[in-house]
This record gives sequence, structure tokens and C-alpha cells, in this order.
Amino acid sequence: MYKQTIKRCLSYLSNYRLEFFLSVMMAFIYVIASLYIPLLAGRAIDSLIGPGSVDFVSLSADAVRIFITAIVCFVSQYVLSRLNNRMTYRIARDVRNDAFRKIEVLPFSYLDSNRQGDIVSRIINDVEQLSDGLLLGFSQFFSASLTIIVTIYYLFSLDFIIALVVILVSPLSFLVAKFIASRTHRFFKSTAQMRSLQTDLTDEFITSSPEVICYNLQSACQDKFNSVNEKWADSSLKGTFYSSLVNPATRAVNSIVYACAALCGSFLVLAGRLTVGGLVSALSYANQYTKPFNEITGVVTELQNALVCASRVFALLDEKEIVDEGKEELPEGALSVEFRGVCFSYTPGQNLIRNFSLKIGKGQHVAIAGPTGAGKSTIINLLMRYYEIDEGDILIDGISIKDIKLSSLRRSFGSVLQDSFIKSASVKDNITMGRDFSDEEVIEACKKAHVHNMIMRLEDGYDTVLDDDEGLLSAGERQLIAIARCMIDLPDLLILDEATSNIDTRTEGLIQDSFNRMMEGRTSFVVAHRLSTIRNADVILVMKDGNIVEAGKHDELLKKNGFYSELYRSQFASVS
Amino acid sequence: MGTLASFLRKYTRECILAPLFKLFEALLELFVPLVVASIVDDAIPQGDRGLIMQMVLILFALAAAGLIVSFTAQYFSAKAAACFARDAKKALFAHIQTFSLADCDRTGLATLINRMTGDMNQVQSGVNMTLRLLLRSPFVVFGAALMAFTVDVRAALIFVVAIPLLSLIVYVLLRISVPRFRTVQSHSDGLLAQTRENYKGARVIRAFSLQDREVASFTKANGKLLTSQLRAGRISVLTNPMTSFVVNTAIIAIIYYGGLRVDTGTLSQGSVVALFNYMSQILVELIKLASLIQTITKALASARRVEAVFDSTSSMAGGSVSEIDDSCDTAIEFRNVSFSYNDSSENVLTDISFSLRKGQTLGIIGATGSGKSTLAALIARLYDVKSGEVDIFGRDVRDYSLSFLHSNVTLALQKARLFKGTIRENMLLANPDAGQEDIMAALKDACAYDFVMQKGLDSPVEAGGRNFSGGQRQRLSIARSLVHGGRILILDDSFSALDYMTDSAVRTALAKRDLTKVIISQRTSSILNADKIILLENGCISAMGTHEELLATSSIYQDIYYTQFEKEEKADV
Repeated sequence: MYKQTIKRCLSYLSNYRLEFFLSVMMAFIYVIASLYIPLLAGRAIDSLIGPGSVDFVSLSADAVRIFITAIVCFVSQYVLSRLNNRMTYRIARDVRNDAFRKIEVLPFSYLDSNRQGDIVSRIINDVEQLSDGLLLGFSQFFSASLTIIVTIYYLFSLDFIIALVVILVSPLSFLVAKFIASRTHRFFKSTAQMRSLQTDLTDEFITSSPEVICYNLQSACQDKFNSVNEKWADSSLKGTFYSSLVNPATRAVNSIVYACAALCGSFLVLAGRLTVGGLVSALSYANQYTKPFNEITGVVTELQNALVCASRVFALLDEKEIVDEGKEELPEGALSVEFRGVCFSYTPGQNLIRNFSLKIGKGQHVAIAGPTGAGKSTIINLLMRYYEIDEGDILIDGISIKDIKLSSLRRSFGSVLQDSFIKSASVKDNITMGRDFSDEEVIEACKKAHVHNMIMRLEDGYDTVLDDDEGLLSAGERQLIAIARCMIDLPDLLILDEATSNIDTRTEGLIQDSFNRMMEGRTSFVVAHRLSTIRNADVILVMKDGNIVEAGKHDELLKKNGFYSELYRSQFASVS
Repeated sequence: MGTLASFLRKYTRECILAPLFKLFEALLELFVPLVVASIVDDAIPQGDRGLIMQMVLILFALAAAGLIVSFTAQYFSAKAAACFARDAKKALFAHIQTFSLADCDRTGLATLINRMTGDMNQVQSGVNMTLRLLLRSPFVVFGAALMAFTVDVRAALIFVVAIPLLSLIVYVLLRISVPRFRTVQSHSDGLLAQTRENYKGARVIRAFSLQDREVASFTKANGKLLTSQLRAGRISVLTNPMTSFVVNTAIIAIIYYGGLRVDTGTLSQGSVVALFNYMSQILVELIKLASLIQTITKALASARRVEAVFDSTSSMAGGSVSEIDDSCDTAIEFRNVSFSYNDSSENVLTDISFSLRKGQTLGIIGATGSGKSTLAALIARLYDVKSGEVDIFGRDVRDYSLSFLHSNVTLALQKARLFKGTIRENMLLANPDAGQEDIMAALKDACAYDFVMQKGLDSPVEAGGRNFSGGQRQRLSIARSLVHGGRILILDDSFSALDYMTDSAVRTALAKRDLTKVIISQRTSSILNADKIILLENGCISAMGTHEELLATSSIYQDIYYTQFEKEEKADV
């Protein structure tokens, strides 16, 4: 059930072979030393023969030996724990890094159709649980196994039969553990699922707190949360309870082993094969021998939970990534764009764009028009290669979009997207977005985007740290920052997806002038809600219900008297 | 730890029974040596096979009894922990909901989410483990010490030194590592925030090819988490080696001191063996306790973080008034209102005064960043004014109970967020009593009826409403605010993604409803017919009056109007 997951965990472990090797060694030293102390203590006690005849020489010698062994114990145990911490925390770090990197390479078809809270929960909570489980595993598994081996050795040295009885009966505890574990699995799984659902709900409701407050949704949200919370508590209770049965169950098995050893040993004594002292030792070893089994099976349930969480993380890691097979770099300067028989759909079977072909020359302007909700952003999703086309090809400067390096493709586009995302970083960093620009250039761009004055009013000006969740900026202000982001650089292709929808018209007019200057000689795609952009466009793509229904120049389309002319009349012509 | 502990109080029964049954189990284990002793001392010397069988049967019975007792203990501890966590989470969620927007901004969403999930997990397993082992370990430790006194009082003094020393070690290490584990959790907050951000902003991050940078910065933050984990671990893993060392030293002391006493004939060898055994028992128990202490340390660190959320109360207290003075003719009045998002930053609104009569429409226009949305938020009391007063129906907004205020002042937000569920659920959320007709009427007035009916009222809405376009979301948001009802409706730029036709259709429909309206817009056409228009400029009222008045007096308003009007004229060609 967990084979694959365990294998994956081990592959992460393989980076820390040295630590692992040292850890096993330290565990070995620790076990030997800690088992040696009782032996030494026994010997020391043997020196206390009676009044006046205590052998102080050997007693002192043994005391010193115990002390040295205690120091060895101390050091080896501490080093062992440190090593285990290092291994597990590093493995957790590695898994988490990989999982995070995954967010950057997953296709939007995955990101758009999954819940944010679920993914966040996997990367934060599940990895945490995984590392907790691994830590327990490392710190107990090896020392417990070694203890078993060492005690078996002692047992055999005592008596063959009694050793066999003990060894044969004890695997029963593993069977019991396995039986319970296989039934606990689904509760662990549902607990993890419920937990991520809870994260998701908390995320959704906290993010929407303005709505929650405005519409008095507190009790409705609470109800929803409670119902998930109840389900979570239910599966958590079951998972914790059933898994915690393993330990008592194996302990019961161990008691049975102990009883069997007592039975068998007593008869051996009666048969004269064993001394009474031998029986006492054998029983104490049988007892010692079974304790690690307890620990191991206890760890098994923890590990099981860890593995369930790990498998959720690995499932994320196994999601198909975008493959960037492109090697071509786009040249600088104006670029042509060609759609060649493009077919696309978000969900298989529901074709949106069918066999669409269009050539856009260097420096031409494309306007995308259509009623609200017609899917105008789809074209942008395809151009930026956020989604893969199903059939056909998009050629940029004659190169198939699949052959262009993603970074080169996206660098060539300057874009202002509908949702103006703000990074939690300073205003300046939000404008440079990792590109190399001087402070002057940033200010220059902000002035062009008419956002400079607003920024200067913020607490620390350009160094004010922004946050996407915060209410500090209005939608329009965010959009202005996104525009400054775009204006600081002169890209070869320009995408404006309702770039000024939240900006007041006076500012918009001023910004539009800057855009117009930018667009000169550059191929551009504009999702338009302004008439002037549409009329001056070289090609207008008219969209309806996700499809491109018409394409052509303004006058041609009007003459056609089709959907565009209808749209034009309703949308632009009747405002009075 | 007051608040969290109070959630445990409800499960006092479980909290007592779980450790009690654990104790039973320990007691049952103590019988085993007695049974074995009787085999060795009685049965074997007499060669009594029947007695041996009997004793072995007792061993089996003890095993069975132990099984049942510990199953019971595990059940009670699992139940107490899970139910406690459930109640605490529920209360925590409810508590977070009382936070005002300013509180949420200040605290940060990521850390709130993490405390609700990650930290609560740690606390839960802490409770669970504590219930299982807490009573048992001290019982064994002190029991062993007590037994040592019955063997020999003077030798038992070694126990009297060792046990406080052991407690001191555990306490000191706990004191040092709890704050360190708290640091670990706060680093984990940072990672959570970045993960959320990258998920949300994936399009922009990829547009700027920032992936590598983001991965690098996450890796760095993740590295810091690792460092803090190791830093915390360094101290907390000392518990086991140190306590073991103390016990081993005590064992040496017992044997050597025992040797001296045996030599003078005041102690028997057997007594030394017994003392040694008791000390060994303490050792075994401490090893078990050590892993518990790790869990407890983490749990305590997390509990402190959760407590901190419980301790921070909402900075906005609602009033008690829950009725509207119908005789008051003024719906909204601002008196010298100034506002800033935090004390140190510049005013976003300065000295705003105006009033609006019942049933009238107020238009607010102004450049991006001039404070329009803030003004709207103040009417709905999403934030409190810095100075001045906002009155609704003749009373300070702060006098009304918050829920009453919000059921009468409806704000359709600029960035409309819909909830995961169906369209119907979203509408019903805003007003659970709304009937089918109310919803239909609202959808029609918001011009959302057609596209909703195409998909059906029960068609799914994804989180944030991302399966709808911006314009559709806005219309659904308007519909939702209509379903919500209320006397004052504030539309914060709710038409921005609509085409002009739809914009005008929605306004015409709204005019038929008996509402006092505040319309914030970039478009002069949207506010042209308002009874009063406020032109905001850098947080101050630059001009106020009807469209005609403003057009005649304000050059900025003229500017705004003619940039749009010119465009509209062209359209008419």
C-alpha cells in the first residue's frame, strides 16, 4: 500500500547517506552502551558480598566503567538525535522545496481547477506531518531493531528452546499491528482531506472578510466551518483511536510471549535443563526483547499517518508539469503572430475555439471584442502559453510557440492582465518584478502610469511593503501599479487585458496616450472596452460564448452586418 | 493558556478517566513480577505443574485485562483531544470572525490560517500524548522513589537529589526550547504566505518569468525554517541524554554508597539490588517521557500562538442600537471626517462633510486613489474614522450593532468575491430568507438573469467566483447585494467591467427600488442623474453638487466629463 511512497521517501534520504550511516552507527554505539550499563551494574553489585567483605577495588573499577559508559551513552544519544533532526528536517525542506517549485511549473489547467487551500495544506501541513513521522521513525526504529538483535543473542546464549519460543510468537505483534494499521489508513486519509478542506474554508472566508462583514455572513460561514469541523473531528478521533490500539494490542501479544516463556521456562527448570537464575534472566530478556516491538509498532502508526501525508505531497509532485522543450529565443523588435488552425477547449469535448487561423503582421494591432463573459481572456491564455492549444499552431515570428523558450516568449510580452496581482514586497519591487531597473527608471514609469503621487502618499513611499490581501490599495491603484510594471520596459509584443477597467477616465485618457506611444511599431493585443482602440485596430477578433465568431477590420465587420455590428450598436452607439 | 484550557474543561471526565485507566494498566503490569515470583518461589521448588499452569493463566488474564483497560484509556484520550481541538477550532474561527478589517490587515491572513490548522494540530497531539503519559510517568517516578524509602531511608536520599535535578533539567530545557519552537512556527507562517501568493499570482509571476526567483526566495525562507528547527531541536533533544546521564550517575552513587553500607553491615545486597531496580525503572519511564516532552514543547509553542489570537480582541466594538429612527430624513451624514489606514500614514480622507436625504442618490467620482472606496467603507463602518463622525439615519454608525448596521447598509464591493458553492447558495448566503422570486428579481435587476439561466441557478461557483468573467462577477455581486436588502445601497465601482448598455440597464432597474444609493464610478454617465455628486481629489471634496452645477463650476469635473463625453460623441457618428 505504501511501497511507492516509502521508496520516494528513501530517495530523498539518499542525499544524506553520510548522516544516515552515522546515525545507524551512533544508534549501535548507544544501544550497546545502554545495554552494557545494567551488565556492569550487576557485576558491581556482585562485589557487595557481605559485611566486611566488599571488594572495593573491583567496585571502584566498575563504577568508573559505568561512568565512562554513561558518558559514551550521553554523547552517542545526543549526536544520534542531532543527526536524526538534521536528516528529517532536511528531507522535509527538500520535499517542501520540490513541492513549491511545482507550483511554478504546473499548468494552469491544474491550478485553475484546484483549491488553493488544499495545495497550501499539502505543502505546509502535510510536509510537517511527514517530518514528524520520519523523525520518530529514525529515532526509534534503528535503536529498537538493534536492541532486538542484541537481546536475541543473549537469549540464545541462555537456552535454545526458550529463545525459539520467544522468537516464534513475537511476530504475532507485527500481524496485529498490520491488521489494525490497514484499517486505520482510511481514517488518516480522510483526516488529511478534511484538514485541507478546513484550510481551504478558512482561507476563503478570511480572504473574503469584507464580504463576510458587509453581508453579515459570520454565522453562515461558521455553520459551514462547523460542519467540516465536525467531520474532521470525527475522522481524527477515529484515526487517533484506532491507531492508538496498536500499542496496547502488541503489548498484549508481548505479555502472551512473556507468559509462554514463563510456562516453557518453568517446565525446562523442572526438567533440569535450566536453573532458576537462568529462568529469571530469560524472562527479563523476554521482557526487554518485546519492548522494542512496542516501540516499533507505535512508530508504525505514526509512520502510517506520515505516509498518508507524504502520498498527498507526492501526488502533487507527480502532477504533469509544463514541459518547456522550446529552445528558440525570440529576436528583439516587432514580431509577427500567426494562428494556424488553432483548436482549443478548457474541458475536453467542449470545443471553444475551432480551427482558427489568422495572420498578424509586424506592428499590427489586434483588438479583441465581445460581450462581457465571451471568453476574451482565452486568446491571452493561449498567446502567453498559460494553456496549451489542442490542435494547430501559433507562430510568433514564424517560430512555433512550442519551440520558443517559455521565458523568452513571456519576456517578449509586456502584459497588463485583468487581475492585478500585488506581490508582498515593496512598491519598487512590485514594479521591477525582478528586472534590473534603477530607481529613476521606476519613478519615471510610475509617473507615466500616473501612480507616482499616490505612491508618495504611502507610508514609506516606494519602499512601502504591499500585500495582496491587504485593503491598502484599491482595485484602480493596483491596476496602476500593474501598468507601471508594464511601462518600465518596452516589450516587443503587448497584451492589455482590460488594463484600465478600474481607473478613472481622466487618468485613463492620460495613460492611454502613453500606451499609444508604446504600441507604435509593436504588435499588440488589446481586450478592448474603448471604442477608439477598436476602430483603429488592424484586426478585430469578435468573440461570443468562448468562440471567435468574426474577424476583420471595423468597417468590414460593420458591413457584414453580423454579430459585431450588433454588438457595436448596443455597446458603443447608444450612450446618450 | 486560559482560553485553550477552558475548552479542555468540558472533557474533564475524559481527561481524568484516560490517565486513570493508564494508571490501572501500569498497576496491572506491576502484578506480573509477583506472579513470576510465586512461580519461582513456590511452584518450581514443589514441582507443582498445576500451579505453574494456574499462574501462567493468570499471566494471560492480566494481558487481557491490560488490553481492555488500555483500549479504554486510548479511547478517552483520543476523544478528549479530538473534541477539544474541534471546540477550540470552532471558537477560534468564530473569534477571527469578530476581527475588523483593520485587525485582519494588521495580523496577516497567512498566520491566521496557519494558527487555525498547523498550530492546532500540534496542540491536539500534545493533549493526546499528555493524557496518555502524563499521569503514568510521574506515578512511576514518584512511586519508585517512595518504594526506595521503604527499602532504606538514607540511601533514598539519592533519589531526593536526583528527582528535583531531573525536573529542573526538563523545566529549563522546556523554557529554552518553547520560544525557539515558536520561532519555527513563525517561519512556517512565512512559507505559507509565499505558497498562497504564488498560487494566486501564478499568471503574473510567469508573465515576468519570476519562477526561479520565487523558488530561490522560497528556498531561502525554507532554509531559515530549517535553521530554526535545528536550533530548537539542539536544545530539546538534550532532554533524554541529560536525564539518562543523571540517572546513570545516581546508579553509581547507589551502588557505591550501597557498597559502603553493605561493608559495615547496615544494608543487604538484596536491598541494593532493589534500589538499583527502582532507579532503572525511573530511567525507562524518563525515556518514554522524553518523546512526550518533545511533543509538549511544540504543542506549548503552538498553544501560545493560538492564545495570542484569542487574546487579541476586535478593535471595533459594535453599539447596541438596532432600530432606525424613521422620522429622520437624513440617510447619511459625514461631519468633518478624516481617516488614515494607520496612525503614522498620511490621511486618505481629510475633513469630509456632506449629507444625503432618504431615497436620494449620491454619486462619487474622482481619480484613482482619491479615496472613493475608503469613503464607501466608512459608511458601512468597515473601518472607524480617525476624527469626525459618520451618521446613518441621524445616529453615529458606532452606536448601531454591527450586524444591524450591515443588514441596513449594503456595500457591493469593488473586487467582488463570490463563494464556492452554487449561484443560489451565494444569493441565499446574503439573505437566508430570500425566496425564489426575490432572487429572480435581483438577478433580473442586476442584468444577470440571462447568463445565470443559461447555466441554471444551481450551477457551480468556484472559490472567488473565478469561473465567471469580471463583468459576470460584478453583476452577481450586485444581485447579491439586492438579495441582501437594506435601506442604503453602496455600489463601489460595481459597473466598471460592464458595457455601457448593461450599466445603464442596471441603473434604470435600481431606480425603481426604494433605496438610498451611493454610486461610486469612473463614468460620469453612471452618476449623471444623481441628486448629489461629490468630486474627490486627493482625499478632499473638491466639488459637490448636481451634474449641471459641477459642470458649470468645476474645471476638473468638466475635464472628466468631456474626456468621456467626447468619446461618447464619437461613438454616435
